[in-house]
Amino acid sequence: MTMRVSRRNLIKLGAAATMAGFVPTRFAIGNTAKVKVGLLLPYSGTYAGLGEAISNGFRMALAETGGKLGGREVEIISLDDESNPGKAPENTNRLAVGDKVDFIVGAVHSGVAMGMLKVVRDTGTITVIPNAGANAATGPLCAPNVFRTSFSSWQACFPMGKVAVDRGLKKVATITWKYAGGDEMVGGFVENFTKNGGTVVEQIQVPFPTEEFQAYLTQIAALRPDGVFAFFAGSGALKFVKDYAAAGLGSIPLMGPGFLTDGVLAGQGAAAEGVLTTLHYADALDTAENRTFRAAYKSGFGKEADVYAVQGYDAGQVLIHGMAAVNGDTTARSALIAAMETARINSPRGPFTFSKAHNPIQDIYLRQVRNGQEVVLGVAHAALADPAKGCKMT
Amino acid sequence: MSVWFILIQVLNGIQYGLLLFLVASGLTLIFGLMGIINLAHGSFYMLGAYLAYWLTGATGSFALAIVLAIPLAAVVGLVLEAGLLRTLYRRSHLDQVLLTYGLILIFNEGQRLLWGGDVHSVAIPELLTGSVRLTETLSYPVYRLWVSLVCLALAGAMYLVIQRTRFGMLIRAGACDRDMVAALGIDVKLLFAAVFAAGTVLAAVSGAIAAPLSSVGPGMGDTVLILCFVVVVIGGVGNIKGTFFGALLIGLADTFGKVLIPDLASFMVYAVMAAVLLWKPRGLFA
Repeated sequence: MTMRVSRRNLIKLGAAATMAGFVPTRFAIGNTAKVKVGLLLPYSGTYAGLGEAISNGFRMALAETGGKLGGREVEIISLDDESNPGKAPENTNRLAVGDKVDFIVGAVHSGVAMGMLKVVRDTGTITVIPNAGANAATGPLCAPNVFRTSFSSWQACFPMGKVAVDRGLKKVATITWKYAGGDEMVGGFVENFTKNGGTVVEQIQVPFPTEEFQAYLTQIAALRPDGVFAFFAGSGALKFVKDYAAAGLGSIPLMGPGFLTDGVLAGQGAAAEGVLTTLHYADALDTAENRTFRAAYKSGFGKEADVYAVQGYDAGQVLIHGMAAVNGDTTARSALIAAMETARINSPRGPFTFSKAHNPIQDIYLRQVRNGQEVVLGVAHAALADPAKGCKMT
Repeated sequence: MSVWFILIQVLNGIQYGLLLFLVASGLTLIFGLMGIINLAHGSFYMLGAYLAYWLTGATGSFALAIVLAIPLAAVVGLVLEAGLLRTLYRRSHLDQVLLTYGLILIFNEGQRLLWGGDVHSVAIPELLTGSVRLTETLSYPVYRLWVSLVCLALAGAMYLVIQRTRFGMLIRAGACDRDMVAALGIDVKLLFAAVFAAGTVLAAVSGAIAAPLSSVGPGMGDTVLILCFVVVVIGGVGNIKGTFFGALLIGLADTFGKVLIPDLASFMVYAVMAAVLLWKPRGLFA
């Protein structure tokens, strides 16, 4: 069929063609500018190792899609948060307002996450928390633009409450640093433990960041509980487990969230034998996804992957998923957030989806140290969702 | 609360106090006798712990690691004294604080470059791995008791050197009036270099000895530093005897604070410091 083109139609067509040339489509924008991702992580101090693992995991996820998000090149801006909550709002502003990043991935320290959330709840910057477990981040402070690929403190410890009772530990003493994170961890355990009929004989709170435990170990020996639930991390965890064994308390089962042994197991040596922990990941998890991930991480960075690397990797996966759904158009904000919300992330820890408050609904594993190795005993609680107390999405 | 329980807590407090004394002794030496406020003292402690970790791994012997750490720490002390601190003896304390604070940052970054951000531990040497059973549920590691003995021995040795030897006399004289000592023909530069190196070695040795009891990781020197200053202030600047009893007092206050009034435990040490300052502003034995 031939088309008769009148002069008037010709002008219309020409105008349309010209407009098409000038008004870029989504895809056209996507190919011109780089996507900016700000990493707000600790690169110095006690948590430097965690910041590095998360960065590595994140870069590894990006590298698997050719270093692109939604077809656009990515520019990563790393900022050392120094694990300093006081500087968190200022640092977040530098990324969100100064560098005008499209996404922020941060933080490790819960205090820093709180400061960061204050800012991104205002700026609306899409943010993925790759570690900080503060319950509030996906509780009272939840927001449509804030996601978490790690855990809530409550979530990491809640399942152990039932495990303890099932193992016949009726009277338990708890010990942790006296700070918000410690309270939330122990709170999750105690909630489930007492619900199942257990009795908490003493809740010991150690001034943060004291690592001199001798007085408390003497106290525990005098209390003679059936078991001890402890939360410490990093050097504190290393030292607590060593001191606990050295004080001859080995006959009283020691349990806690996975942070009690993760990353410090080699240093703890024989002292960690038998320690029971719950966490959303285990290095020894025997799945194809985990094996592939760990092999790739090791060949890429020359060291073993850990839970922090997984959380960073999954932060990358969430962004990849969201940006693919909108072809890299960050202005399609609601579509982007919707795609992230409904993502099913194929994580090395096992697949997970997001709760309404944007915290992972995930399996929590029960692990035990046997012959110096972390062994997965099974799933302590399948598809556990954080209750997201106080979360109102607006 | 049983008598046993209280006695064991006293033991805990004294053992902790002795360890604090060892770390703080180098600081009081440098602070008191040279008038230098050395904020990098915690970094020297960290250096000692990392040297113990690194050398134990390299040589396979913890004892050898300590022996090797001593000259290494002395060299670090001498280089810092000759290269940096010497120029600031006649300047204000603020300048010294700025310099030694800068050193903290450099040491922390150096630690990260050399050893990375991971947390390590040092195994307790074979001979001292046992433990003594105190009650049915509690035992006491032999290594902790050994550390206490080492601290006591070093405390005695320091006291004798400073009070009874010619070298000790020169140090005390140099602290009182360095110009007069120089006029009498003593090489004050050399004397101060030696004292600074000795202080560095003391901090490093305490870090090395404490390494099997603690975890060796980034930032480990920072928390120690504050407690050291508390001990030195209580004991009276430059007073070895005062530092010794100040450290024991802090060790006991910290232990019993944790047990008896856990809500105020972190505050206990500072409350004791404030009380001592009100009662004896110039230190316990001034």
